[in-house]
Amino acid sequence: MSSSPVAGPAPTGPTSGPGTGPLGQAAPDPSRGPGRRAPRIRPVSAGPRPGPRRRVLRHWPQYLAISPYYLLFSVFMLFPVLYTVYLAFQKWDGIGEMQFVGFQQFRFLWDDPVFWMSIRNTLVIWVLSTVPMLFMALVLAVLVNSTKRFTAFYRVCLFIPSITSLVAIAIFFGAVFSNNFGLINAILRGLHLSAVPWMSNEWTIKLVIATLMTWQWTGYNAIIYLAGLQAIPSELYEAARMDGAGPVRIFFSITIPLLRPIILFTVVISTVTGLQSFTEPQVLFGSDAATNPNSGGPGQAGLTTLLYFYHQAFDNNDFGYGAAIVWAFFLLILLIVLVNWRLVQRKERRP
Amino acid sequence: MNGMNRTRLRGLGVHVILMAGVVISVFPFYWIVVMATNTSQDIYRYPPKLWFGDNLLTNLRHLFARMDFFGSLANTMIVAVCTTVLVLFFDSLAAFAFAKYEFPGKKFFFGVLLSMYILPTQLAIIPQYEIMVQLGWLGTLKALVVPAAANAFGIFWMRQYTSTSVPDELLDAARIEGAGFFRQYWHVVLPCVRPALAFLGIYTFIGAWNDYILPLVMLVNPDKLTLQVALAQLYAGHSTDYSMVMSGVLLSVIPLVLVFTFFARGFIADATKGALR
Repeated sequence: MSSSPVAGPAPTGPTSGPGTGPLGQAAPDPSRGPGRRAPRIRPVSAGPRPGPRRRVLRHWPQYLAISPYYLLFSVFMLFPVLYTVYLAFQKWDGIGEMQFVGFQQFRFLWDDPVFWMSIRNTLVIWVLSTVPMLFMALVLAVLVNSTKRFTAFYRVCLFIPSITSLVAIAIFFGAVFSNNFGLINAILRGLHLSAVPWMSNEWTIKLVIATLMTWQWTGYNAIIYLAGLQAIPSELYEAARMDGAGPVRIFFSITIPLLRPIILFTVVISTVTGLQSFTEPQVLFGSDAATNPNSGGPGQAGLTTLLYFYHQAFDNNDFGYGAAIVWAFFLLILLIVLVNWRLVQRKERRP
Repeated sequence: MNGMNRTRLRGLGVHVILMAGVVISVFPFYWIVVMATNTSQDIYRYPPKLWFGDNLLTNLRHLFARMDFFGSLANTMIVAVCTTVLVLFFDSLAAFAFAKYEFPGKKFFFGVLLSMYILPTQLAIIPQYEIMVQLGWLGTLKALVVPAAANAFGIFWMRQYTSTSVPDELLDAARIEGAGFFRQYWHVVLPCVRPALAFLGIYTFIGAWNDYILPLVMLVNPDKLTLQVALAQLYAGHSTDYSMVMSGVLLSVIPLVLVFTFFARGFIADATKGALR
């Protein structure tokens, strides 16, 4: 859900391992009030104590209540994800016979220069967007936190980009950064500078996409940081000020350390969403790969991995290769998240 | 005196920077209106027009001639409304079971909910497409609504709220009067969790309204598209007629933004809560 306006909770928390089976617990049942006592006469087959099966049956309303999610999840998520693994070892166009090809898709992937270029594009765009985004978000959050006036106004205005349709904003950026008629080039000309061919240069294409992502998510991250800042007790600041610490010192030895869990959260979220950029290049430079080898813009500079995946799977109907791409990419994202996690965690132990 | 001035100056500097942030955040909306109300020639001209024009109606007439705007709007509304209603119902119901009942396997099921949360949709999208082909749902709105009808985030969010905000005494009282699980849900839980439902509803609605990749893949029928897909296609086909395309962008974006600003304060507070838990 790279397009969702709000990231959900990080997948941490009181997770119980999948080892806890349905039979593994004999939980007390506070749900049963005096009005719903179990019938005194039990069927003979049930034995002297209510067996596990009866305990399950008695809770049919709860199982029924949670069943829609698990039903939909199994059919439309779990099964497809596993099936994608299976598909990555097949050659299949979606219509004809499937053909088992072993690791051939992955071998082809390894030797596919376009795949590696798409990975490079994705990483460059991600770095170009995430670093300024999180930095500016932190600055904005500290500034909003330092004042008492207009804060509600600032919060709403900063948040709005994150709920705006990505397609609409991509079209807007396409118009504003247009080589010939865009507002940006008009301003440059007005300043007697030469116009920049934003949409046809390898680096400016990436810069435009990264700017779009920065515009959309800086405010959101600022609001998240702001919530963290407001949770820091003001006595800490006062004590530091009493000890003669200046604002810079206070920022680096109080604010940043106490904000670290939240910084970690925003780094993980913006890594996961930033690496999945698809709509931006698809709207700006997208076309059917079957007819246009330049998809992703001139020189394919805006061809992100997900856009490449989409072309292989749904324009070329190469489902096996698409499955290989998307799995390889998911593992890459996982790897980067883990590396990020370790980096931010390690800083925590520094005195 | 001097110190006070400096403090005041710093305060002013803070607001100048923040206002710059605000201007950058809302500038695209202003510029979308400028482009949508002028002619493409006005925008092409150098220097370009910077203020609203009076060409909106002409632009809209061209827009309606080139795309089925109201059809796409209706499709988007149907998808967003149906998804939202189903998500609110299924998620809050499941959340009630998780928050207030013990049943065998509860921990296991909740663990699945939390751990499967990280799976990205893209990993599932090829087989999802194939499933829709098999069901005969490809090209229909069902292909978008049904898979999205219940989600882990919503259950998680609603469970948190239900466990803290629905008093056990009320549930006990309902039980004494003989109300079963579903009547408790309807008469006790639903009225109590309305604030959490409001956030989840807006969140789901905006997400469904703005979704792009799933409609792009599933809606193969060119005369049954959502707004986002239809606008992207319009842009791909007529990228030089800015003012016409922008009038479509304007109509698709501004209502949502206006509605959002109306609910914004509570929504933003809930969004940070939801994100940081």
